[in-house]
Amino acid sequence: MKEINELNLPEDLRYADDHEWLRPLETAARIGISDYAQDQLGDIVYVELPAVGRQLAKGEEFGTVESVKAVSSLYMPVGGEVTAVNEQLAEAPELVNTDPYGQGWMIEVKVADPAEVDALMDRAAYLKALGG
Amino acid sequence: MNAPLGTTGLILDEPLLWERGRPGRRGACLPPADVPPSPLDPELCGDGPDFPDLSEVDLVRHFTRLSTWNYGVDTGFYPLGSCTMKYNPKTHERQAALKGFAAAHPLLPASLCQGALQLIWELERDLAAITGMDAVSLQPAAGAHGELAGMLVIHAHHQHQGHQRAKIIIPDTAHGTNPASAALCGYRPVAVASGPEGVLEPAAIEAVMDEETAGIMVTNPNTLGLFETHIREIAAIVHAKGGLVYADGANLNAVMGIVDMAAIGVDVIHLNLHKTFATPHGGGGPGSGPICVRRQLEPYLPVPRVVKDGDQYHLETDRPLSIGRMGSFHGHFGVMVKAYSYIRSMGADGLRRASELAVLNANYLKEKLKQDFHLAYDRPCMHECVFSDRRQAPFKVTTLDMAKRLMDYGFHPPTIYFPLVVHGAIMIEPTETESKEDLDRFVTAMRAIAEEARTEPETVKSAPRYTKVRRLDEVTAARKPCLVG
Repeated sequence: MKEINELNLPEDLRYADDHEWLRPLETAARIGISDYAQDQLGDIVYVELPAVGRQLAKGEEFGTVESVKAVSSLYMPVGGEVTAVNEQLAEAPELVNTDPYGQGWMIEVKVADPAEVDALMDRAAYLKALGG
Repeated sequence: MNAPLGTTGLILDEPLLWERGRPGRRGACLPPADVPPSPLDPELCGDGPDFPDLSEVDLVRHFTRLSTWNYGVDTGFYPLGSCTMKYNPKTHERQAALKGFAAAHPLLPASLCQGALQLIWELERDLAAITGMDAVSLQPAAGAHGELAGMLVIHAHHQHQGHQRAKIIIPDTAHGTNPASAALCGYRPVAVASGPEGVLEPAAIEAVMDEETAGIMVTNPNTLGLFETHIREIAAIVHAKGGLVYADGANLNAVMGIVDMAAIGVDVIHLNLHKTFATPHGGGGPGSGPICVRRQLEPYLPVPRVVKDGDQYHLETDRPLSIGRMGSFHGHFGVMVKAYSYIRSMGADGLRRASELAVLNANYLKEKLKQDFHLAYDRPCMHECVFSDRRQAPFKVTTLDMAKRLMDYGFHPPTIYFPLVVHGAIMIEPTETESKEDLDRFVTAMRAIAEEARTEPETVKSAPRYTKVRRLDEVTAARKPCLVG
């Protein structure tokens, strides 16, 4: 398990209390789980993602992630319509462990309310929330 | 401390039966046919299954050898938290095997199975007395099936009141199957976090309970092994809005005959006869998950009901408000015989004493181990206590590593990574059947592992060493399961 100072938390992302990250794109936002989350979960063996086109509110469950320890729910950091899901994770769930901010991304959403993005934490605030 | 306590010695190797078999070898010889051959319809013929040819001794040795690899509660201490792996006295197996019970056909008319019906009727009343509830159905086949039956009763109650509800409150310290049972009845689970003391706070329930909420499913004692001390107040909040209180009684072993469930506001509770009442479990069944209800919910219980009329017993199905059948015939009758035998041999005082000792044993382990292992909630516990791997984190030793290492010391590991509210949980339930000497041996092993984590962490991380197989690759097994032999 990593120490807080060993975590990789990019500056250009927003973070949610439930350890999802969000990367604002041009017309949508990409969502995944943070280095802290993947490290705590351990080896991920299965990722369940929603269907494209689903409307989900902030805080609603958009999927589950299963590690050898437990099954955990994934929560929407912002509300919106799911426009894409990372199909690669069906065959290679380990990408969430090895590259949580890159190939391990999970879904893209069309953000309903940009204010919800602004309400998410930046790196400094997230690091503080983690106790570092 | 390097001498393992229980797993040195002979571990017998054993190949697959297919590798043992030799063409033409056989265990029994049939006499030559003395009737003319009569060929089967060719459509029914084909190549037979690929079974190995074996002698009787091949087969007996194969399965006897395999059985020596097993570890059960009859082998040693089995502190699997939340599972109540207590020792089950053999006399109860004997009673369940009595020919009148074991050979009774489920289609016998009531007049020819009076004894079986009497046992069901009396066991229902015994369970009502133990829990303080009014009426019992023994039909549900196991714990989660009992939860479903209980939730169907609550659903039927609201339906009968004329207003069906949409949600159900489920605390984060409830058993994992609770949300699924509620969802099967169409209720949306609303999660509520337990407070800083590890128990529910009335304010948290007050905040979410409304007239669209069917009730609450609360596990008491909860999965942290803590008694929900505010349960009466919480029940009052739920009742005030017309909701009902469902108690998951899987942890009844801590409170048999001690807690009056009706008095603390419970409307429905299920019990696990296979945990608390002397049926061995863990092998996939059969179990038995009776539900006990307050008087006003009795009309909704599953049919058939066993009714006593004078000194005769019969089955009744004409209950218009009943949720219907939960299974075929009478439920898992053999398990009921064991529960009846256990309850009658223990008596009221004996059951209470068993719960007291289960709680005492858990508190003993908690106090003995809390110097070496981080205790999630440092307060008196009920039948189980929950530690974590926080103190071992600086050495990069995890709960999983320590659980594996315990096998080298000859113990079944406790439940790990559950409940989810404690990160890296180590959940220990010793039960009442362990002696102080056995508990002390376990404490010695756990302390030795804590010491190893500090001084030679690699030993722990590479455990187990002395078992038949070393650490399994759970990740590859889950990512790329091999589902054929």
